[in-house]
Amino acid sequence: MEPLLEIRNLSVRFPVWGGVLRHKVGEVRAVDDITLTVHRGETLGLVGESGCGKTTTAKAICNLLSEMSPGVIQTGQILFYTKKGPVDILAQNRRDMRPLRAQIQMIFQDPYSSLNPRMTIGSTIERPLILHTRLSVKDRRRRVSELLDRVGLPPEYSNRYPHEFSGGQRQRIGIARALAVEPELIVADEPVSALDVSVQSQVINLLQDLQNEFGLTYVFVAHDLSVVHHISDRIAVMYLGNLVELGQSSQVYHDPLHPYSQALLSAVPQPIPGGNRHRRVKLQGEIPSPLDKPTGCSFHPRCPIAQPDCSVNVPPLEKKETGQLVACPYSSLVAKSAVGDSNKTPS
Amino acid sequence: MSSAPEKQDTTARQDSPRKPLLSVRDLEVQFRTDHGPATAVGGVNFELYSGEMLGLVGESGSGKTVTALSVMRLIPDPPGKITGGKVLFEDIDLLQLTYSQMRRIRGKKIAMIFQEPMTALNPVFSIGMQVMETVRTHEKVTRKEAFERAVDMLTAVGIPDARKRMGDYPHQFSGGMRQRVMIALALVCHPQILVADEPTTALDVTTQAQIMDLMIELNQKREAAAILLITHDLAVVAETCQRVIVMYGGRVQESGTTEHIFNSPRHPYTQGLLRSLPGPHQKPKSRLNAIAGNVPSILDMPTGCRFCTRCPDVMDRCHREEPPLHALANGQLVRCHLLEEEAT
Repeated sequence: MEPLLEIRNLSVRFPVWGGVLRHKVGEVRAVDDITLTVHRGETLGLVGESGCGKTTTAKAICNLLSEMSPGVIQTGQILFYTKKGPVDILAQNRRDMRPLRAQIQMIFQDPYSSLNPRMTIGSTIERPLILHTRLSVKDRRRRVSELLDRVGLPPEYSNRYPHEFSGGQRQRIGIARALAVEPELIVADEPVSALDVSVQSQVINLLQDLQNEFGLTYVFVAHDLSVVHHISDRIAVMYLGNLVELGQSSQVYHDPLHPYSQALLSAVPQPIPGGNRHRRVKLQGEIPSPLDKPTGCSFHPRCPIAQPDCSVNVPPLEKKETGQLVACPYSSLVAKSAVGDSNKTPS
Repeated sequence: MSSAPEKQDTTARQDSPRKPLLSVRDLEVQFRTDHGPATAVGGVNFELYSGEMLGLVGESGSGKTVTALSVMRLIPDPPGKITGGKVLFEDIDLLQLTYSQMRRIRGKKIAMIFQEPMTALNPVFSIGMQVMETVRTHEKVTRKEAFERAVDMLTAVGIPDARKRMGDYPHQFSGGMRQRVMIALALVCHPQILVADEPTTALDVTTQAQIMDLMIELNQKREAAAILLITHDLAVVAETCQRVIVMYGGRVQESGTTEHIFNSPRHPYTQGLLRSLPGPHQKPKSRLNAIAGNVPSILDMPTGCRFCTRCPDVMDRCHREEPPLHALANGQLVRCHLLEEEAT
């Protein structure tokens, strides 16, 4: 499979300022040495709980971090395979980044704050066309109509303002804006988590249809594992800035190997009476602060199978027999029955 | 707004002679808006029995939170107003009580926890102070007794080292811990009813699982005799509640036991919702069976059945007349014309 994006040893550290003189008092390691490849045409789901670094990774891919948080330190490489060969996104300055931005678009979580309330939705969708293409006014208008139609909104709506739309419709507008410049990669950060249940599935269907139609590649960031499993080809599980497991979607969802993935997946409620509460792997304590990460494997203080050397050595990602990459040398110690087929329950 | 008067009790527990702890009858709440009065909920009937967890599910605008706030008499007035119905608790209609009479019940006999634990806790008082204040408002106890009660309750909800943490402030706790403090605050006076409005929506899945387990445990230990759980998350309800009420457009659309609602939903809305959920029962990457259209705004509710604009089985009649809640033989109640003949 042809790679489209290759993240190599990416680390992102945010400085923490404190004291009277606002000097640097510490660092948050939001993303800690992650390496993964996104293949052309696939959907990679990035999951984890709050503070695990999934959104930071998404923003790093779009090279938005240096704009948003001055002082951020990003190391490693993010290679994006353009027609002319790979370019390192992190090494681009603002001007060189511009043509790349047309190829990497983002869809945001909150459809209320991600649209400018003072711009009609037509001009919102037209904006990337003005910035990235040389289309005439007439062609741009036509393209906006096409896009609105494609995401399931009547083209006449282009003169309306965001407040006239519901959450699901706004998310469709956000998708139309991302599609306007015909990107190759769409980074979607929790695109359906703010939507009502009955509308969520419409947007998931739309994203899947667009992928089939335009051959899009998605990096899909979400905390809802059922949604991620549904839409993704592969799933990457993150915990405290580390990648702990990466594998085929159904493998990770039904048969996770890392003790954290197992606990996370067993906590997902299922819409069947009684659910899978009795099969739940209970975790002790809470996610530690990324300011004060545990040594060694960052999961060891909460891990049910922690060994003495887990607090010392950082476990590398290893390929297991099932093909998954798992950052735990002891994953075979976990009683498989703990999770096993808890998620395989038929409806 | 036309709503046919319904005398049925939406829980239909004819088999059980038990007296309900709380019963809501024909509740109607209106909000004043620039475009005239809007009926947020109408004709809501349900009963809550001792020892159970009852799930109230619905999407935004379905009226689930308005129903909960009405039970607590916390509807902001103006613009909101409870325009009809009764909320019976211990043979008293809570809607007829004066403000100060209601204050004696709220927090003492019926308590509520909210979605956002950060905004619901006061940031300038230590959590110990806040829990003690609740005890001392409702019961004649000394400071020392109140302190001990607070420590016991915080320990019971799983705050480690509760005694040491009494002086800590809300910002020193994580989201999950704050929600535990909220639960302690709600339960410290041993209320008979706990109303939980989206208690885990702001939390991560593993924390959500911990909090839901805690609520079930407290319910079983009778710390909270009955819990009314309000949520949009069908899966959470399936895992925790014994009975479910599905709301849409300010109306109860279907109610029944969790088994009935999830295994044999009868209302097209409930059926559509359950079919649209991604999960292990769906083929990955397949198209989901989405419900078309958007949730209507309460200012612009369709006449007739509230779901008629999105219903796959819609008939002419649905646009004209709103169906009553039909009671089925198994106790399930369904507001749909299609079930007219099956109704008992």
